[in-house]
Amino acid sequence: MTMLPFLAAGWIFLAGVYGMVTSRDIIHAVGCLAVTQSSTYVLLLTVGYRRGGIAPYFTDTPLRTRTVDPVVQALALTDVVVGATVTALLLALAIQIRKRHGTVDPDALTGLKG
Amino acid sequence: MSRSARIRLFWATAVVFAAVYTLACTGLPHFGTAVHPYGTRAVATSLRQRTANVVSSVNFDQRALDTLGEESILFASVLGTLVLLRRARDERVGPPQAGRVLPSTRLLGLVMVPITLLTGVYIVAHGQLSPGGGFQGGVILATGLHMAYVAADYRVLKRIRPLAVLDLADALGAGAFVALGFAGLIAGGAYLQNVLPLGTFGQLSSGGLVPLLNAAVGVEVGSGIIVLLASFLDQAVEVRPARNSGSGGGT
Amino acid sequence: MSTAVVQEYLIAGALLLVAASATAAALARDPVRQAVLLAVLGLCLTVLFTFLQAPDVALSQLAVGTAVTPLLILLTVRKVRRSTASRHDGDERGQEGGDES
Repeated sequence: MTMLPFLAAGWIFLAGVYGMVTSRDIIHAVGCLAVTQSSTYVLLLTVGYRRGGIAPYFTDTPLRTRTVDPVVQALALTDVVVGATVTALLLALAIQIRKRHGTVDPDALTGLKG
Repeated sequence: MSRSARIRLFWATAVVFAAVYTLACTGLPHFGTAVHPYGTRAVATSLRQRTANVVSSVNFDQRALDTLGEESILFASVLGTLVLLRRARDERVGPPQAGRVLPSTRLLGLVMVPITLLTGVYIVAHGQLSPGGGFQGGVILATGLHMAYVAADYRVLKRIRPLAVLDLADALGAGAFVALGFAGLIAGGAYLQNVLPLGTFGQLSSGGLVPLLNAAVGVEVGSGIIVLLASFLDQAVEVRPARNSGSGGGT
Repeated sequence: MSTAVVQEYLIAGALLLVAASATAAALARDPVRQAVLLAVLGLCLTVLFTFLQAPDVALSQLAVGTAVTPLLILLTVRKVRRSTASRHDGDERGQEGGDES
């Protein structure tokens, strides 16, 4: 259990990159990028976990309670939302490629056109 | 590069990556370790700033400049998507077809839309106290509005969605974050320094700048994602290519 | 002490679920099927983040991962397939715009 979470993050990363490399469809590649991205959240949050710690909120808990690391949570939190808008930007590019080149297969896109 | 060469290169790289990564993991502190120097300091600072939600305190007080960067990425990608998906000259717009919805779905949607919107506002407003804040609340506001699309149809969604106002709100939210940062400079501190009165710990008005920045981000994220989804829905439901469109054409 | 041990078993279980659904989402070839699997992945990640004591991240992952990202992918697929359908089937079908997708 001491290393399993980090290895799981590495596995998710490789699975996502494998999907992107073998992709025949740009939309599919963007989905795989989302999978790859989620590996970073898993890595960050498992690094910040503290055994027996509670979530870092002091609304109704004593101020001396042991909490998990809030810094990595703040990193992951903003990236989840920002990542979704970047995914939208990539999908908009895919729609444009489909309009201008008539295909979404990355292997069929040979060279620059127009 | 050919497809098979690319896949072979991937496997070679993947083996090296897996080996080096596993080696690196053995050097990391164990999972669940008790030593978190940054975390401990962040919690102490957050309590000093009277912000009960430490994650919000890190995002909007201790590391507010980083969040400004993240938020600029968000704004830029919304802007880029809108530019990419604007209606081209050679595209026609067809009227969307009216959908048929079960009465029970319609009723559920009618009840759920205001509840979801209220939940979104609550989560933005309580970001400094409990789990939540501008990023999460904004997304909930945006998805809550789209329940109208599920419950009724596209025309109803278009009627309750003032896109021109939301475009403006997106920019105003991004601008408000930048402008609020100047409060620190005016008070003689650093940019984005939390110089407002901190209030009482655990109260809605605690945390100084944190609730205001949360509200700015909530407006920006909420309107940004509605505008994003609107331009995608527009492309998928309304816009059709012209009959004699450029390459290929009809058979 | 025992609650901490139970917690770690829960985390390990959620991690395996996340790894499995991530692999399935990366290996799915059809973007529509992938969008559904991404929603499942988003849900598994939400559970994992909750067990890791990160309700803030879980909240945004729930809204973004299970709703926004799959919806964007489905809309893009619909747009791309519709323009393919109208291009191949000639003008009279293009008028209606392939509504089968």
